[in-house]
Amino acid sequence: MTTAGLERRGLAELRGPLAFVEGVSGIAFHEFVDLVGSDGETRPGRVLSTTEKGAIVEIFGVTDGLQLDASRVRFHGRPMRFSVGPELLGRVFDGLGRPRDGLPPSACEDRRTINGSPINPCRRAYPRDFLETGISSIDALNSIVLGQKIPIFTESGLAHDDLAMQIIRQARAPGVEKFAVVFAALGLPRDTAARYLTGLQASGARGRVIAFLNLADDPAAERLITPRLALTAAEYLAFDAGYHVLVVLHDITNYGEALREISAARGEVPSRKGYPGYLYSDLASLFERAGRITGRPGSITQIPIVTLPSGDLTHPIPDLTGYVTEGQIVLDREIARRGIYPPVAVLSSLSRLMSDGIGEGRTRDDHPDVARQLYAAVAHVERARGLASIIGVDELTEIERTYLRFGERFEREVLTQGGEESRTIAQTLDRAWSVLRELPRAELTRVRASVLDKHYTP
Amino acid sequence: MSDAAGRITGISGWVVRARATVPLALREVVLVGNERLIGEVIALDRTEATIQVYEETEGVAPGDPLFATGEPLAIELGPGLLGGIFDGVQRPLRSLANAEGDFIGRGAQMPSLDREKLWNFNPEAELGCEVHEGDILGRVLETPALVHPIVVPPGTSGTIEWIAAAGPRRIADAVARLDDGRELTMLQKWRARVRRPVRELLVPDAPLITGQRVLDTFFPLARGGTAAMPGGFGTGKTVTQHQLCRWAAADVIIFVGCGERGNEITQLIDELPRLVDPRTKRLLAERSILIANTSNMPVSAREASLFTGVTIGEYYRDLGYDVLLLADSISRWAEALREISGRLGEMPAEEGYPPYLSSALAAFFERAGSVVTLSGRHGSLTIIAAISPPAGDLTEPVTRHASRFVRTFWTLDRQLAAARVFPAVSTRSSYSEVPTGVSCWWSENVSAQWAPTRDEALKFLEEASLIEETARLVGVDSLPERERYLLRLAGAFQEGFLQQDAYDANDACCAPARQMALLETFMRVRSEGLAQIANGAAVSTDFAALQRMKTESPS
Repeated sequence: MTTAGLERRGLAELRGPLAFVEGVSGIAFHEFVDLVGSDGETRPGRVLSTTEKGAIVEIFGVTDGLQLDASRVRFHGRPMRFSVGPELLGRVFDGLGRPRDGLPPSACEDRRTINGSPINPCRRAYPRDFLETGISSIDALNSIVLGQKIPIFTESGLAHDDLAMQIIRQARAPGVEKFAVVFAALGLPRDTAARYLTGLQASGARGRVIAFLNLADDPAAERLITPRLALTAAEYLAFDAGYHVLVVLHDITNYGEALREISAARGEVPSRKGYPGYLYSDLASLFERAGRITGRPGSITQIPIVTLPSGDLTHPIPDLTGYVTEGQIVLDREIARRGIYPPVAVLSSLSRLMSDGIGEGRTRDDHPDVARQLYAAVAHVERARGLASIIGVDELTEIERTYLRFGERFEREVLTQGGEESRTIAQTLDRAWSVLRELPRAELTRVRASVLDKHYTP
Repeated sequence: MSDAAGRITGISGWVVRARATVPLALREVVLVGNERLIGEVIALDRTEATIQVYEETEGVAPGDPLFATGEPLAIELGPGLLGGIFDGVQRPLRSLANAEGDFIGRGAQMPSLDREKLWNFNPEAELGCEVHEGDILGRVLETPALVHPIVVPPGTSGTIEWIAAAGPRRIADAVARLDDGRELTMLQKWRARVRRPVRELLVPDAPLITGQRVLDTFFPLARGGTAAMPGGFGTGKTVTQHQLCRWAAADVIIFVGCGERGNEITQLIDELPRLVDPRTKRLLAERSILIANTSNMPVSAREASLFTGVTIGEYYRDLGYDVLLLADSISRWAEALREISGRLGEMPAEEGYPPYLSSALAAFFERAGSVVTLSGRHGSLTIIAAISPPAGDLTEPVTRHASRFVRTFWTLDRQLAAARVFPAVSTRSSYSEVPTGVSCWWSENVSAQWAPTRDEALKFLEEASLIEETARLVGVDSLPERERYLLRLAGAFQEGFLQQDAYDANDACCAPARQMALLETFMRVRSEGLAQIANGAAVSTDFAALQRMKTESPS
């Protein structure tokens, strides 16, 4: 039984983005609908819940001005789909997949449901191919691999846009030619989205980018669809067309808030901070679409950007994001204040898939040692700084003062980097050795002796 | 089963309501819609049944058919489980991938255990002898690492009238017939949500050795005991669990990846088969089972996955084996409960969790134990449950409730993890109610000095952490020599004892005797050093040597 083409005049109730339709039956769960107001305008929507008597529909569009009796709902008899094909590259869409670049809608024949299906864990290929971002703090200490999902945790006013753009511009992997970027703006201010677009086009990345823009004043309900469209496109590029795809979802915090808004409108029982109990599963349904599949050439690497509400790492959105993603890159305001770009907080950042993606044959044989030693040394710097702020630098032992000098040089020569500066992993590691030589050899306990012999020449 | 038993009346996510024309039972498995999605009845009233569906429900509509199975959620048990990878409702993921491709589709009906595979059955029971549930009919070499006794299923007894000769049999083939004409096969089905009765629950008398010093020495887990392992993200929970999988001294390892990351499960799938069991020199895959319900797989199947795992655990325990079940993580499982409860519109208790969270956790943990089975065998099921407390907050409901049902509590510490100290088990906030049996085991099998040395070391750690707090305020150099020495030694102890290198061949697994030897060395050095300081002599402690000891080959 299909409800394709079924039309119903009149709504029982309107509440925010939700429309309640009565007197229709057989409506399928997640069915795609159009709601036409008395203004003649069509707003797409999706069935959230259905019974024999009617359905609750979430409307992706402005519901202001809608009337109950003058509205019509048209059912499509199928879930929402998105057409994918090679023509998508270079296009700009709105949050619902309609062209935003003045070109006609894509003529691709391959229409896919946007929710995707879970990859069978037996068919996943464990990601271990290094993705070079050209950014020292990431490549050396939080190395990303193709197929990983790793968010950038940031705060308002930090340079996460610049960093994301720099990653998009510079990202490369040895032997990888088919590289594509899918960018999804989730509730971004108009000017930020425009900056991304200009930046992407100027970088010459255009032609291998697909953008989906849900802007800050676009309907919240639409925001729940946008990342799914982006990932449907990315899955096509990666697993059908063989591209290595970098997906940037910006900003997941806006997405989470949209989810809360819809949940509240439905009258659901809230969990932490008003977010629905299914926030984790919902985020997982996005992030788990990253990965690689055995026997298919491409990959999906995700870099979601999460703005920490008032810098709070324990807020439900970053907290649950951290439980799904494979690590995090944390930007820190205090580091930014000291004029360091990119302001990556080394100790709180982590890449969980790093250890298998670096070292001999992948990056360089000394990479694991350097990373281990830098972590330990930076932790020592933190302690020395803490101590210095209490008893004063002059009271510190010689070795503590050496660590302070190391810390200064590390921040200046390794962390700090120009917005247009791309370093190869070899350049990054050489810089790391240069500052590690500030420390006496006996302090480098995390480096194997053979590696020390080769690289530690004071 | 081919005729519809009712019609769907409503769908909201994976909660489906239906009107049945035949009586349904609570917890009965039903098939939903034309695609026959697997579901379970979770509430009944006069007119409607509420069903949680274990698959994505997109496209299901009111009016679609409902099919009854007449059976509760049951787990297939028999040879062929080991080395298997199943989803939360025990669908075989490998076979599913072969049949359906890279993505998990819907409505796939597939037996959990391969019906065609032949097993070499060796009869043992004699004709004419009387058998009861759990009695051994014969044996099958399930994998080179494990002999699988074929036993009489629960609730069955009688006199053996016929028993199959030695030779290859499929699991659903009859291997014996009783006097009442009943045919017994190698395949059993047990209800997932019901605890298996035992003859006697034993007091734990031995530790489950994990080869991890900080756990075995300081916070031991009893064989048949329960442990909770809370750790926020970035605390090295996964690394620690993988280590436990590899090195814990159990016959069968069941890993329940419950709402886990896909890539992590894949790593486990990739690595497990290649790992060599340190004791038998056999592959770990030959004695391990993986239940994988990743975070993006249906949430109701995540809820079921713990019970699927624990039922398989009880089965091998009843065959007389020591089983270790690792669940990662019960927070994700509790969240599944919360999601289901929320969808049903139930009144929530704290933080949106249903009021029955505590009893649901108890129902899971209480299935652990060291037992004498109904048929008189000894077996044990040990449970280690990882917890992912939101924001690392140990006062949140899941951690709090779980801590009431476990005897061992391993707190993972983010600061240790940040300093790359693994396993990042905090010595200050972890605990273990060391049962007398475990203490006796150490003194009988390793050293009579175990308990006093351990106490001494714990005191040393406590003192060192107090000194560290002082040092943070006044600087190390302002401390008296004795304090400075202890602090330095504590650092060496952390590197040389607590921290264990998962990738170092000599250090990845540390046998109890070696643990004890290392601990004694540290404590001896400490006494010597303190004595030298007290006498005003130069301290002769070679800290670098202390730190290196663990990676030196055992002599």
